[in-house]
This record gives sequence, structure tokens and C-alpha cells, in this order.
Amino acid sequence: MPGRLRIALQAAAVLVVALLLALLGWKVFNPDEAPDAGRPAPDFTLPHLNSDEQVSLASFRGKAVVLNFWASWCGPCKDEAPLLESAWNRYKDQGVVVLGVDAQDFDVDAQRFVDRAGITYPVVRDKHGSTLGHYGVTGFPETWFIDAQGRIVGEHVAGPLTEEDLERNIKIALGRPA
Amino acid sequence: MTRKLLAVLVVALAVVAPAAASEQNPTLPELERELICPTCHETLAASTSPIAERMRAFIRAGIAAGDTKSEIKDKLVDQFGESVLAAPPKSGFNLLAWVLPLAGIVLAAGVVGFLAYRWSRSRKAEEAGPSANGRFSLDPELERRVDEELARYDA
Repeated sequence: MPGRLRIALQAAAVLVVALLLALLGWKVFNPDEAPDAGRPAPDFTLPHLNSDEQVSLASFRGKAVVLNFWASWCGPCKDEAPLLESAWNRYKDQGVVVLGVDAQDFDVDAQRFVDRAGITYPVVRDKHGSTLGHYGVTGFPETWFIDAQGRIVGEHVAGPLTEEDLERNIKIALGRPA
Repeated sequence: MTRKLLAVLVVALAVVAPAAASEQNPTLPELERELICPTCHETLAASTSPIAERMRAFIRAGIAAGDTKSEIKDKLVDQFGESVLAAPPKSGFNLLAWVLPLAGIVLAAGVVGFLAYRWSRSRKAEEAGPSANGRFSLDPELERRVDEELARYDA
């Protein structure tokens, strides 16, 4: 084999291996894991469930956010919806927003769920599940608490919330822990 | 010639007709094999998750309403994104997923063929001994001595 061709093939092989290593390194340093408390909450912009209005997490900067991931087929989500609605009604005048993110679901089912549960807090629809990876969501429901500066605070509740979970973490997000 | 043409047409029909029938009248089992459950990332056929059950109900309703296979798939892609398809669509950027493996196989076959050809040529050259112009290549020192001997002989 001519020397030049051999060198070109070797260079191509080294390039392919380097690209694969770079991909591996990127995946190792950017895993789909839950962000740590104190870190900025991953931002997103998603359409409102029942309108074309786009809602971004950043637009709630200055308020504490209860970020709840759910789907209509999830049993525990039905149980905790009244708790979230109640917290929204209690705290919305104190600078707290409950934001629901519906994913892995049908539009019509999600809307029916919202109607039946009497949910009045904003709900966005993540059709492609793009936020799930950024928040390391592995099942429904999961809830995050975000302070007025847009940082993750308190506990990440993987599973159904209790009244105590909500009260304790909303107070942390408001900067007034018990 | 006519017979050959007829045979080609029969084979083409045998391949195309079932595909067209499947597109117009899809069945639940075939769609279950071609779609992925978004929560467990298995085919619908292998999944018993709540959303898989809901998707099966959606597919049954679509079939009952006379939807084609593409229409049912498009509606599910609209709800869950392209990751719901077991195989990427053969269009746009996704076409690469179909073309690249074939291109890789063709390229690899070409490289192997080229190397085999070169290797067989060098083996033949070694076995034959003389170079392509029919002459043995001599050591320069030996060639000089032969020239000297020939010159002395001529003299």
C-alpha cells in the first residue's frame, strides 16, 4: 500500500476513535441526572396545555416555583393534584407558582385530567419529553422546588407529595425555612 | 423476453401488493411491532405499561375509523415525537440512518476487495520471480561484476 494512502487511512481511524472518545466524554460529563440543590434549574419553553401560548420557566424568575412532572395515566398524580391545587390557591398571592409539566401523554387525556381535577395552575405540555432528561425524571410524579433566583432548592420529591413535603419545601423556596 | 418481463412483474407485484394492503388496512399486531412505548422504550408488542395500553386503544380506534397505517403513525408522532417510531422515517435527516450502514458495508467491501487484490498481485509477483519487464533485478554490486566480466569477454 502506498505510504500516503496508509497515512490517510491511519489518520481517518485515529479521527474516528477521537470522535467516539469525545462523545463518550461528553456523555459522562453531561449525564441525564437530577440537578443538585443550589444549581440553576434547567430552563425550558413549552406550549401551554390548552393554548398556543409559550411558557418559559425563566418567565417566573422572582417567584418560587413548584415544578411538578405528571401524566394522566399515572395513578399517584391523581392523588396529589388536589394538594398542588390547594397549595397554589394558598400561596399564589405570596409569590409562589405551581407549574405542571405533562409528558408522555395524549393531549386529550391531559386536558380531561386537568378538567376533572379542577386544576387552575398553569400546565405546559412536553410532547417530546425534552425536559425529562434535563431534570433526570425517571417516573411520574416528580416535583422540584425552585427559588426566586431560579435555583433548585429543598428536596427533589420522586413520587407522590404529601402536604408536609409541600409546606416544608415551599417555605424553603420562599427563603423562610421553619 | 416477454416471459422474463412477466416474471419480473409478478415478483414486483408480490412485493408491492402486501405492502400496499398493509398501508391501507393495518392491523394492531403489525403496528405494535413498529411503535415504541415512550415510558419503557420497548415495542408496544412487548410493553404492558399504562401508556402502551392507552396507545393500543388509540390504534384500535384509528383502525376502526379506517385510518391508514401512516395516518395512525403520524398522529402518534404528533403526540409523542419521532422517538415513538421503532424505525426512523426514510426522509430528511433520518434517511442517514438507513443510508449510512449500507454505505459503510459497501465501503468496507471495497477496502477489503482492494487489499485482497493488492495482496494477490504481490504474491504472484513473488512467485513469478522476474519483474514485470521480464528481468530479474540484480544486486548493484553483482550487476557491476557481471558488466565487468562481459566487458572482459568482449575484449
